[in-house]
Amino acid sequence: MNKNWWKILSVLLLVYTIIAGFLLDVPRLPILNETIRNLYFHVCMWFGMMILFTVSFVYSIKYLKSFDYRKDIIASSFANVGILFGILGYLTGILWVNVTWITDQSQSLGSVLKEPKLIGAAIALLIYGAYFVLRGSFTDIDKRARISAVYNIFAFAMLFPSIWIIPRIVGSLHPGAPGSDTGNPALDRKDLDGAMRAVFYPAVIGWTLLGVWIAGLKIRIEILKNKNIINE
Amino acid sequence: MKSRIIELVKKDILIEFRQKHTLYGVLLYIASTIFVIYLSLSENPDVNVWNSLFWVIQLFVCVNAVAKSFLQENRGRMLYFYTIASPVEFITAKLLFNMVLMILMSLISLMLFFLFLGNPTFNFLFFIGISMIGGAGISLVFTLMSAIAAKAQQNAALMAILGFPVILPQLMLLMRLSRAAFGEVFRGGAIIQLIGLITLLDFLVIVLAIVLFPYLWKD
Repeated sequence: MNKNWWKILSVLLLVYTIIAGFLLDVPRLPILNETIRNLYFHVCMWFGMMILFTVSFVYSIKYLKSFDYRKDIIASSFANVGILFGILGYLTGILWVNVTWITDQSQSLGSVLKEPKLIGAAIALLIYGAYFVLRGSFTDIDKRARISAVYNIFAFAMLFPSIWIIPRIVGSLHPGAPGSDTGNPALDRKDLDGAMRAVFYPAVIGWTLLGVWIAGLKIRIEILKNKNIINE
Repeated sequence: MKSRIIELVKKDILIEFRQKHTLYGVLLYIASTIFVIYLSLSENPDVNVWNSLFWVIQLFVCVNAVAKSFLQENRGRMLYFYTIASPVEFITAKLLFNMVLMILMSLISLMLFFLFLGNPTFNFLFFIGISMIGGAGISLVFTLMSAIAAKAQQNAALMAILGFPVILPQLMLLMRLSRAAFGEVFRGGAIIQLIGLITLLDFLVIVLAIVLFPYLWKD
């Protein structure tokens, strides 16, 4: 925790993302136009969310191996920040939907929102919501940590493969769905202009580091709160 | 190990027959739900509505049928199981029993659906197969959810909250696969791919349940 270089890196990368993201030239495609700049924010939120949930999953496994209460605090804090990133991903996505997918003003939002990726993200948020409801229903700390770790592992292992599979089977407005001329839904070298990649990858790293930073602060607060039950 | 699993399944079946009210309760639940749907619709629903109603009902039936599998075991009886069986044997028996129970319930509700809401299927036997696979898959997920919810001293509501988001991907695959039985033409190999995916997910649930249950087992 004392090594702060990555926090500085995170701030630098985010400053770079915001400045370069708004000022550098981007290729213009029909409909998308300048809104492609949202890529640096919207997509990064989902990358960040998945990475944070993955960390939470790994710490739940570690908890079941060691029964060290600190691991449980880490797992729940990362899940918490992951939810925040998911909500931000939705908010940035709504902005994007408004100008790209809804081309006809009379078109209902409901018809647009039945999207495999939106459904997947909604399921992810519901699962982690349920995770916190489950945590709230225990009074015994050890039991809470153990049972919620089991649920976290099970839900993650069920959910994420299907999130990665379903958009490849069902048609989607997102890039990479079958029928569109793009390949992989997330990472394809052909999909993205080289100049944009120079901003996009640092942006992903910057936002993820920010998420880890927030989670780190939460973890430290929780550990301080529970100081008397965590034996050093 | 095998014999103990069989004994545990036998025990569950025996309990089911001794406490007939729970079994009849679930049967009545299926019948009354479908009857309500029948009354609320003025004519037979079209294929898509039929399909989604069927799977939503399966979901709720499963919550009711499987919920009791861990909630009914009181503390004393659980203590007794600790002494005679290992967690792996116990969860395998529960998974097996609930799978059979849910397949049975699926078939019954399918029959009632045909009776009350008409039969829109194009390929009748194929849809029976899908509903059996689906019922089995849903019951596997909810068995583990029931084990978790029982630990939280909570009722079926928590089980639904925990289970619904987890079952959704599988349910989407099932609904999509069902359309094949309604005469929708899929591109070559897509049906096999979907069936494979659903089976793979079921397999994953079984493995996870066996790996994770020992952590739920004892307090």
